[in-house]
Amino acid sequence: MKKFLASIATVGALAAVAFAANPDDRLADPELEARAQAVGRELRCVVCQSQSIEDSDAPLAQDLRRLVRERISAGDTDREALDYIAARYGDYVLLRPPVRGSTFLLWAAPAGLLMLAAGAAVVFLRGRGGTPAAEAAADHQLTEEERARLAELEERAGGA
Amino acid sequence: MRRLIYFAPLGLFLVAAIYFAQGLSRDPGYMPSMLIDRPAPVFDLPPIEGYTEGFSSEDLKGEVSLLNIFGSWCVSCNVEHPVLLAIKAEGIAPIYGLDWKDPPGKGAEWLARKGDPYTKVGDDADGRIAIEFGVTGAPETFVIDAAGRVRHKHIGPISPQVWRDVLRPMVLDLKKDEVGA
Repeated sequence: MKKFLASIATVGALAAVAFAANPDDRLADPELEARAQAVGRELRCVVCQSQSIEDSDAPLAQDLRRLVRERISAGDTDREALDYIAARYGDYVLLRPPVRGSTFLLWAAPAGLLMLAAGAAVVFLRGRGGTPAAEAAADHQLTEEERARLAELEERAGGA
Repeated sequence: MRRLIYFAPLGLFLVAAIYFAQGLSRDPGYMPSMLIDRPAPVFDLPPIEGYTEGFSSEDLKGEVSLLNIFGSWCVSCNVEHPVLLAIKAEGIAPIYGLDWKDPPGKGAEWLARKGDPYTKVGDDADGRIAIEFGVTGAPETFVIDAAGRVRHKHIGPISPQVWRDVLRPMVLDLKKDEVGA
């Protein structure tokens, strides 16, 4: 059973390597290849649109993989290689949209909404502690009224 | 008055709902071309098999023209082909062809069989020049002005309606500018 599982794991691992990039466009230098794959995972395949070019089998994705490797081999930084493709296909191919005027809302919305919610929560919780009774209850303390009543009860109990 | 604040989330929801509802009616796959109003990329493509002349970016200058990306493997190009022949017959603008990622000889064979609507055809066997144009699939057609600038990109086959209502008026407009300039 263990052997069986081990062999399945091996086949799975091999398949993962095979899918990472087609052998025909892999670079010989493992360091450059790793960078090319990282860049490729940032780029949208314009044919299938929901996959990166590293994951896609579309012929155009293959061409773009080859082009990324060309740029990386020619000495481009990762950023330059990404920009090279984006200059031709637009921001649309960048799976991580750049921060700029048109995408500001996209990037700022999560933090903005969180702060808005936090602000609303503070206002709400403060507002709830409006009456002296509630404030005291929150502190687990007795109000003047309750204290007087307690003293009265204690006196009565002591007197009996 | 203080009660009104309880309606703030509802208001916020309505604003978000209208914003997202508008988003639903947009095509998420739509990719605007980066080349609009910019000069066409510089290239010099070799001829396809059996042709003596290739086609370069210089050919795109001097006259309003159409640049059509096609391939013999492309099913929609088959659908578009009769429209291209009709445009050629009308003769208001030359059509240049970029044979995209075709195996050697296939493009020429396809044109010989079906008729050749192109003034010049270039062989982009490895698809490198198509990438310069930001091509995402075939067929795609660029409207190029007399200065060699890309003015419009049509994705997918040109239907007779698209030609009549969109591309033809655009070409005629650009030709007017050409005369004026």
